[in-house]
Amino acid sequence: MKSPLLSVRDLKVVIGGRHILHGVDLDVAGSGVTALLGRNGAGKTTTVRGVLGLVPRTGSVRYDDTETVEMTTHRIVRRGIGYVPEDRGIFAALTVAENLRLAERDPDPAYDLVHELFPELRQRARQAAGTLSGGQQQMVAIGRTLLNRGNRLIIADEPTKGLAPRVVTEVAVALERAAEAVPVLLVEQNLALVRRLAHHCVVLADGRTAHAGPAAELLADAEKSRTLLGVGRRADVDATRREH
Amino acid sequence: MSTVVLLTVTGLGLGALYFLVASGLSLIFGLMDVLNFAHGALLSVGAYATWWAASHGFGYPLALLFGTAVGTLASVALELGLIRPLYRRPREQVLATVGVGLAVPALLSAIWGADARTFPVPGSLAGTFTVLGANVPVDRLVLIGAALVVLVALKVFLGRTRHGLVVRAGVEDRAMVTALGIDVRKAFTLVFAIGGAAAALAGGLAGLYFGSVDPTQGSSLLVFGFVVVVMGGLGSVSGAAVACVVVGLVQQFANYYSTAGLGDLSVVVMLAALLLVRPSGLTGRLA
Amino acid sequence: MNVPALLRRWWPLLALTVLVLLPYSALPLPGLLDGPIGSPGSLQLLALCLVFGALATGYDLLLGRTGLLSFGHALYFAGGTYATDLLLTQAGLNFWLAAGLGLLAGVVLAALLGSVSLRMSGIGFAMVTLAFAQAGSILVERDPGGVTGGEEGLAATGLPGWLVGIQNTANLYWIALAYLVVTLVAVQWAVRSPIGRVWEGIRENERRVEVLGLRPYGFKLVAFVLAGTLAALGGVVYLLLTGGATPQATTSDFTLSLLVMVVLGGSGTRWGPLVGGVLYTWAQHRLASLAGSGTIAGLPSVLRVPLSQPLFLLGVLFVVVVYALPGGVAGLPARLRGRGAQA
Repeated sequence: MKSPLLSVRDLKVVIGGRHILHGVDLDVAGSGVTALLGRNGAGKTTTVRGVLGLVPRTGSVRYDDTETVEMTTHRIVRRGIGYVPEDRGIFAALTVAENLRLAERDPDPAYDLVHELFPELRQRARQAAGTLSGGQQQMVAIGRTLLNRGNRLIIADEPTKGLAPRVVTEVAVALERAAEAVPVLLVEQNLALVRRLAHHCVVLADGRTAHAGPAAELLADAEKSRTLLGVGRRADVDATRREH
Repeated sequence: MSTVVLLTVTGLGLGALYFLVASGLSLIFGLMDVLNFAHGALLSVGAYATWWAASHGFGYPLALLFGTAVGTLASVALELGLIRPLYRRPREQVLATVGVGLAVPALLSAIWGADARTFPVPGSLAGTFTVLGANVPVDRLVLIGAALVVLVALKVFLGRTRHGLVVRAGVEDRAMVTALGIDVRKAFTLVFAIGGAAAALAGGLAGLYFGSVDPTQGSSLLVFGFVVVVMGGLGSVSGAAVACVVVGLVQQFANYYSTAGLGDLSVVVMLAALLLVRPSGLTGRLA
Repeated sequence: MNVPALLRRWWPLLALTVLVLLPYSALPLPGLLDGPIGSPGSLQLLALCLVFGALATGYDLLLGRTGLLSFGHALYFAGGTYATDLLLTQAGLNFWLAAGLGLLAGVVLAALLGSVSLRMSGIGFAMVTLAFAQAGSILVERDPGGVTGGEEGLAATGLPGWLVGIQNTANLYWIALAYLVVTLVAVQWAVRSPIGRVWEGIRENERRVEVLGLRPYGFKLVAFVLAGTLAALGGVVYLLLTGGATPQATTSDFTLSLLVMVVLGGSGTRWGPLVGGVLYTWAQHRLASLAGSGTIAGLPSVLRVPLSQPLFLLGVLFVVVVYALPGGVAGLPARLRGRGAQA
C-alpha cells in the first residue's frame, strides 16, 4: 500500500496557555477526498492550521515523505499545497484578478480551468474582492488553489459554510473536478457534501482522533454518526436550513 | 492674498516633509505591526550624511542622493540585524527601535556635537519664486515636488508591481500571504528599505528647509509622523498623504492667525478628537 | 533563629535603614560617586536616582501590571512640577499649599486625560497619550503669557528655608527616600489588592475579563490615575531637588527614558523598575561627568566618542537587554538559576 501523502502523528497545539489539540493522528491518501469531521470545537480548523504551521505545534507532520513540523508556513505551502481557509482569506482591498495573481506559483497557471469552473470571476476581474458576495469570494478562494498545477494537495476548511444551496452545488462541482487530479482534505459540517465527495473520513473529538475509516460506512451507521458528529437525521435537515 | 498663498505653500511644504516621514512609517506599521521609533534616527542619518557630502564639495543633488543611499542602507541593516531576529516578539521589536532611536542621535551628537550645524544651501535654491503674486521660498517647492514624486512612485510600486501587491496583501492579512507560499520577510526588508529611503530623503530636504541639521530634528519630526500615520490610517499611503496636507495647512494657518503655538497644539488636538470619534483613522485601518 | 530566612523576609527594611543613615556616612565610593557618600553632591545624585526609581515603579504600574503602553507619562510628572512652580512664583502661595494644589492638579489632569485616552486601546491609546503629552510640551515651550519660562524653564522661589541650599541636601535626600517608600508601598498594596488581580487579568487577556462581567475601563482608569498621582508627587519632589521646572521633563523622550528604565530593570517585577531607574539615572549623570573629566578625554577618539554620550551607551545596552535579556536585570537571577539547573 502506498504511503499516505500527508501523515500526521500526535499533533499537539497549545494556544495562549490552552491545550487545543491533545495528539491528533491523521492520514490523507494520495488520491481521493478525505473528510475531517467532528462537532464544533473539536479542533478541526486548528488541526489544519497546525499542519500548515500557522499555529505553534509539536508532533509529526509528514508531507510527501518530508517532516514539515519544524518548517515555516510558506516553505510548507511551496511544496504544493493549496489552502482554502475557513474565513476564505480573500484580500478585500485587492481586485479579483490581483487575488488570483498573488496566488500564482507555477510558470503556467491554469486560468482556463478556473474560468471554466467560475466564469463569473473573469467578468468581475477588476472588481474589489471585498465587494463580492460570500459565494463569489469562495470561488476566488477555491480558484486560487486550482491555479497551480504543481499542487499535490488541497486543504479546504468548511468551503460551503454560509452559502446558498445553488452556490454549494457549484463549490461541490469545483471540488469534484479538483479531486480528480489532486487529493483533497476537506473539513466539513455539511454531511450531504461529505456523502457526495468523501471516500475516507477522520473524526475528531475534544482535540483527539476519535475515528477513522471509509466515509460511507460512518454515514450509514446512524448510531455512530449521532455520537461522533452530534447529528441525527433531524439535525442534518436543520443544519442545511441554517445555512441560508 | 499673497499671505494666503505663502501660508498655503509653506503648509504644503511642511506637509510634504511629514509625508516623507510618514509614508515609510505607515507601510512599516501596516505590514509588520512595528512602531518604528528608530525612524527619526534614520531621518537624522540621512540629514547628516547629506550635510557631510554637501560640506565636502558635492553638489546638492548628489549629496541628497548620497544621504538617501546611506539612510536606506542603515534601514536595511536595522531590519536584518534587529527586527528580523525578533520576529515573534512584537513588543521587543518596538522596544529595540526605541533603543536605536535613543542611541543614534546620541552618537551623532558625540561625533558632530549637539548644536545645530549650518547647512550649505545652494544658491539656486535659496531664493524665492513668484507664485500668484507671492514670493515663495524655492525650498518649499522643492519639498512639495519631492513628496509628489515619492507619492507617485509609491502608488506605482504598490499598484503595479508584484512586490507591491505582496505588500498590499500583507498589510491586510500577513498570515494568509504566507499561506499562499510567499516569504513575507522579504517584503519586510523591502518596506524598511523604502521607509528608510523616504526618511533619509526627508532628512536631507529638512536640512535645506531649516537651513541646519541637529541631532534632535529626527525625533521632533517623528512625533508628527506618528500623528499623521494614525490620522491617515495605518498602512494607507493615500490616507497619510491626505492627513499630511490637512496637518500642514492647519498648522500654518493656525500658527499665523492666532498666537504662535496654537497651530502645533491644534494638530495634536485634532488627532485626539479624530481618534475618539473614529477610532480607525481617516481611511479606516487601525490595529 | 533562622537567620537566612529572616534576612530573606526583612531585607527591604534593612536596606531602608541603611539608606536612611547614608547622609551620616563619609564612605567614599571611588568610581561610582564623585565624593564620599554623605557629601551633598553624592546625596543629590542618589536622591535623583531614588526619585526616578520611584517614577519608573509608578510607570510600571501601567506597563508591566496592567499592560498599558502610555507615551505620555511625563505629562503628569511635569504637571506636578510646573503647577507647583507656577503657584509658588505667580500666585505667591506658601510652599505646602502650592505643593498640595500642584499634586491635586496632577491628579485632576490624569483623571481627565485618562478618561479620554482610555476609550481607545492598544496603539490608539498609545498615540493619544503621545498626542496629549506633545500638546503639553508645546504649551510649556511656547510660554503663553510668559508664565512658564519657555525653553529656559522656571526657577522656583519661596521655598522653605530648610529645603534650600547645599547644607540642606540631606533633607532633600530624605524627602526623596520618603517618596520612594510611599510609591513602593502604594504600588505593592494596589497590585496585591483585588483591583490588582483584575489588572493582571487585563494585561493577560482583556477579552476574558469582559467575559467575566467586569468593565476593564474603570480598572484601567484607576491604574492610570494612581500612576499619574504618584508621578505628580514625584514632580513636586523633583522641583525641590532641582530648584525649578524644565521643559525637558515634558517631552516624549522623557517618557521613553522611563520606558527604558522599566525594561532594563525588568517590567512587572517588584524591584525591577526601581533598579532600572537607579541604574539609568546614575549612568546618565555619572558618565556625563566622567566624560568631562580627564579620564575619558584622554582615550582614543574611537572609544571617547561613544563613551562621552551616556544616552548612546544606554541605548545600546537597552537594545542588548531587549534582545538577550527579556526579563531585564531583575530577571537575571532567575535566568542564571535556570541555566544552572539545566547544566
